[in-house]
Amino acid sequence: MHSVSIRSLDLAFGAVKVLRDLDLDIHDGEFLVLLGSSGCGKSTLLNCIAGLLDVTDGQIFIKDRNVTWLEPSERGIGMVFQSYALYPQMTVEGNLSFGLKNAGLPKADIAERVARASKILQIEPLLKRKPGALSGGQRQRVAIGRALVRDVDVFLFDEPLSNLDAKLRADLRVEIKRLHQQLENTMIYVTHDQVEAMTLADRIAIMKGGQIMQLASPAEIYNRPRNRYVADFIGSPSMNFLDGTLSEGHFETGGAHFDISGYAFEGTATGPAEMGIRPEHVATGHDLEGLAIQADVTVELVEPMGSDTQIWTTLAGQSFRFRMDGQAEIRDGDTIRIGIDPTKASFFDKASELRL
Amino acid sequence: MTDETRLLDGPRGPKPSRSLSGRNIMLYGTLIVMATYYALPLYVMVVTSLKGMPEIRMGNIFAPPVEITFEPWIKAWSEACTGINCDGLSRGFWNSVQILIPSVILSIAVASVNGYALSKWRFPGSEVFFTILMIGVFIPYQVMIYPIVILLRELGLYGSLWGLVLVHTIFGMPLLTLLFRNYFTSVPDELFKAARVDGAGFWAIYFRIMLPMALPILVVAMILQVTGIWNDFLFGVIYTKPEIYPMTVQLNNIVNSVQGVKEYNVNMAATLLTGLVPLTIYFISGKLFVRGIAAGAVKG
Repeated sequence: MHSVSIRSLDLAFGAVKVLRDLDLDIHDGEFLVLLGSSGCGKSTLLNCIAGLLDVTDGQIFIKDRNVTWLEPSERGIGMVFQSYALYPQMTVEGNLSFGLKNAGLPKADIAERVARASKILQIEPLLKRKPGALSGGQRQRVAIGRALVRDVDVFLFDEPLSNLDAKLRADLRVEIKRLHQQLENTMIYVTHDQVEAMTLADRIAIMKGGQIMQLASPAEIYNRPRNRYVADFIGSPSMNFLDGTLSEGHFETGGAHFDISGYAFEGTATGPAEMGIRPEHVATGHDLEGLAIQADVTVELVEPMGSDTQIWTTLAGQSFRFRMDGQAEIRDGDTIRIGIDPTKASFFDKASELRL
Repeated sequence: MTDETRLLDGPRGPKPSRSLSGRNIMLYGTLIVMATYYALPLYVMVVTSLKGMPEIRMGNIFAPPVEITFEPWIKAWSEACTGINCDGLSRGFWNSVQILIPSVILSIAVASVNGYALSKWRFPGSEVFFTILMIGVFIPYQVMIYPIVILLRELGLYGSLWGLVLVHTIFGMPLLTLLFRNYFTSVPDELFKAARVDGAGFWAIYFRIMLPMALPILVVAMILQVTGIWNDFLFGVIYTKPEIYPMTVQLNNIVNSVQGVKEYNVNMAATLLTGLVPLTIYFISGKLFVRGIAAGAVKG
């Protein structure tokens, strides 16, 4: 059974098409992350699911019920916003119970639900306080609680951690993941932070220009990006791309010939293409053994990061960077031998930018 | 010599202040002159209102009263004559109160709902509607006087208190709507969205979320309306009749009466009495007023 289904959804603001013929099926209990850079339509899609934006065309189903024309409160969704959006003049308790009061629930029922949600989120001591007297992390917990008390089918998160500092963000990320394990609700989570996406998601939908570029598990997206955009977007530092030409078992780039036997092609294995290599998949030292592609490069710039070191260099006449152990003793101008495992690389068609 | 001892050589402690610098003399001088310029007429009014007529005739308008008398105040409030009525300003005061309270409440109630709808519930044509309303800010009142006379006549409200209330409500609408719209626009959209997800409708969001947050702007609107309506003379004289003339019109009738001696002390007392209401409002809510005016200037 699908928890949320979206069928050929279109949304336009005047002449600007924000979402284009978008289809998406989300499984029951799944944690789906909508990932993309700003302006890709991810928040717009979430607002459409919530019913806060009217769609131009298409349908939205939640639990097999067509909710396209229903009010947000009738859809069985709860939403958590980036700015927390707590009602400033109400206490935490008032914030949590506002939706329940609007639904006309009996008082005893409301009290019980508020108690349960505040226990799960550990905000019981804060119930009598106003949002102004809470820290950022506490506010976001209350905001999650507001969705929790309503006992909804689907949780919608709109960049909920973006306003928090780095440490708190990491803590709350874990808490959200725990909450998902505990509740087993469907959760749709919008973010531009790929670390959040990779760590939280069952599946990630990468969006660009109002369309979904790839919908797959984090591992699949990382290892087998479907097109060049996804490959470039995921991974930090981002993937290296080498321009060249594919021929039977070989890749020719900037005068160098790489033996790429072992790479499993999905498309045609000849013609102009780009080879994508993640900086962390470049081998040095002992790991070189048995690698078909090897080259000597000159170190141009060293960026020590502590746990590892980033090296900027030139490979086959093109800018190239890779990652080494943080303890490696290396200086600008050194020459170093690197190796690439072709099975860990990705090839993209030059024209269509699709994975080969 | 170490770095630490070198630190001790120079001057230490707070920067000495020079209170009698040229800049300060200029600054305070100008302020004192301006303040005196504004305060002097008020001083003359207060002093004159506390003198008896013989003392006023001596001509020293700046001199403090030799013998303080509250007789002029009492006369202005309850005995001064306008036409055939000789019950002083008190009648006009109560008329003004009866006009003021419904006008202020009605205009603020309607304008705040307008502003809320125009900022958060954008409907097709809402911008056009708002633009038309804004044009109202720039149209001179005089243009509208006669059409409104006809309008009130047709409604059967001409010459009645509620007719004037209606006029004040209409004329307050453009500016107040602008005020409330801009204020509610500065309320984050996410708050409004959260309330919708929580199942609150148009009125629930207005009363439970928006209005409680709008206190500063409510105070601003109230001050604008109270002073504006209380000080109004034109509409009062045109759209009402003598029995229900507001205080300002009655003040004019007392001060400008051509019969008998000019009682300067009574006139001064009457004027001060009339100005007392807006003055009180300013004193009570001055701080909130400044805060409200500044609110919305910076988001957050």
